[in-house]
Amino acid sequence: MPDAPGLELIRGEINDVCADAILETSFEHDQATLIADPEKILEVLSWLRDTAGQEYTFLSSLHVADYLPAEPRFGVHYELLNRDRVERIRVRAALAGPQPASRPGIPGRIPARPGSPVADAPSEEMPGSGSAEMPGGDSELPQLPSCVGLFPTADFFEREAYDFFGIAFRGHPDLRRILMPEDYVGWPQRRDFPVGGEPVTFTHNEQLDSGA
Amino acid sequence: MSTIEKAATEVEGSVPGASVSIEPESELMTINMGPHHPATHGVLRLVVELEGEVVRDLKPVIGYVHTGIEKSCEAHSYWKVIPFVERMDYLSYFFNMEAFCGAIERMIELEIPARAKYLRVIHMELNRLHSHLVWLGTSALDVGAISMLWYAFRERDTILDLFEMSTGQRMHTRYFQVGGVIEDIPLGFERKLREFTAEMPTRVDQYEALLDRNEIFLQRTKGVGAVSRERLLELGVTGPLLRATGEPWDLRKVFDYLAYPDLEFGIPVGTVGDCYDRFRVRMAEMRESVKIIEQAIDGLPEGPHIADDRKYVLPPRSELSTSMEALIHHFKLVTEGYRVPPGEIYRAIESPRGELGCYLLADGS
Repeated sequence: MPDAPGLELIRGEINDVCADAILETSFEHDQATLIADPEKILEVLSWLRDTAGQEYTFLSSLHVADYLPAEPRFGVHYELLNRDRVERIRVRAALAGPQPASRPGIPGRIPARPGSPVADAPSEEMPGSGSAEMPGGDSELPQLPSCVGLFPTADFFEREAYDFFGIAFRGHPDLRRILMPEDYVGWPQRRDFPVGGEPVTFTHNEQLDSGA
Repeated sequence: MSTIEKAATEVEGSVPGASVSIEPESELMTINMGPHHPATHGVLRLVVELEGEVVRDLKPVIGYVHTGIEKSCEAHSYWKVIPFVERMDYLSYFFNMEAFCGAIERMIELEIPARAKYLRVIHMELNRLHSHLVWLGTSALDVGAISMLWYAFRERDTILDLFEMSTGQRMHTRYFQVGGVIEDIPLGFERKLREFTAEMPTRVDQYEALLDRNEIFLQRTKGVGAVSRERLLELGVTGPLLRATGEPWDLRKVFDYLAYPDLEFGIPVGTVGDCYDRFRVRMAEMRESVKIIEQAIDGLPEGPHIADDRKYVLPPRSELSTSMEALIHHFKLVTEGYRVPPGEIYRAIESPRGELGCYLLADGS
């Protein structure tokens, strides 16, 4: 791991190349973190990947944390690894949450499930042919550029981040929900999304519904 | 999550270089496979583009077994999360526990006793054998070697018997605790374990005798599904798949955790990274795991099996009826749980399928 002074050096060098890309650094539990401007995240990642002497070429994980009520609310974490020196470094893109004015139905639990899911299943689109439409509208979601071009492994990770936190990765080749059903509404891993109350569809309560 | 993904990339690897010659004019056919299919060994849907018998493209559709574990964990105290993380994977529950417990231990800066480190290593390596045996049995089953399944599951059952003896459960044992392991191994465990480790190398020989000279098995694995080392690294694949391409990358060696620095073992690697290399690497890893277990039981240090820190670790049962203080600690730990200071950590260990990381964000509650 780079130590705390080494981290400051990295911060200075990145900010020389790309002004104000690194907002802050943190060092805890032997873990170095660069807190970056989400709009400049690609510059930061490619600098860390390609600069001689850095070469963090392996992306171990990409995950999101919701720091509610702190602002900026979301942290998109990139766990980078240099395998020769066995050093990890974390980059956190500090991403502001959705704007309060445009939040109709975002965390809300709308069981908008047309008909029975069983009947819908055969007509479901084959993956890949579907368009990357975003329920809730593109513009409302926090956005940052996709790093699939730099790290192909980020493909599924970014889909997962989109699926659970509603974070739109611009330029992702195929941004669809990955684990939740395609017709699901809401971003379930956000901290303001309530636990429980999910209507569970079984065959017996389906018949009751269809009788009405 | 990541295991599913890795499994998916493994299947994806079977696109190029298959050894079947096909006519150039043959058509592509798109076939839906799963989510329930006997060959997926779990709920996984694959949309496959076939050209004759050769898979040209494959899109995995996952999420059928998603249960929102992270969301459920948010509402529970730290010690109640251990059973959750175990159930993410029924083949490597000890590794999931270690990734999570180890992350907490680093957050609260709690050093675990040497005996606990060794006991964890013994159980994790048994678990690695168990995981590889299930892989061996089911993979051989899928290429037609049905009897392998029963041989592999016979040894797997011995391992589960050992787990039952030391932890009380065959699967999802909740054995690792923050600070160590919940109970010391019982009398007689060591003898049974040594019987197993003495027998296991012979069993691996037998598996190889069954498969390694089997013309059908060789034809269906050699030269099939080779993926280059560079591509695997781009895709973030580690573990036996990466090692099969000749890359000796193993987190047990590069990051010192638990008792691994004290133990001698090799990292088996392959050469070309096809299905056959992956088979050879995993077989060799089973032999290495047996060596690790033998060394760990030989060098098992005396002493406590769990740290003596009453703020995080339950007091011994015997003290509860005599010590008021122990009773209070027990009550507080069970009802409220302990607090972890604010912070975040990412900790990764080497699971049977490569890097298994646990990211933990604590807000101090």
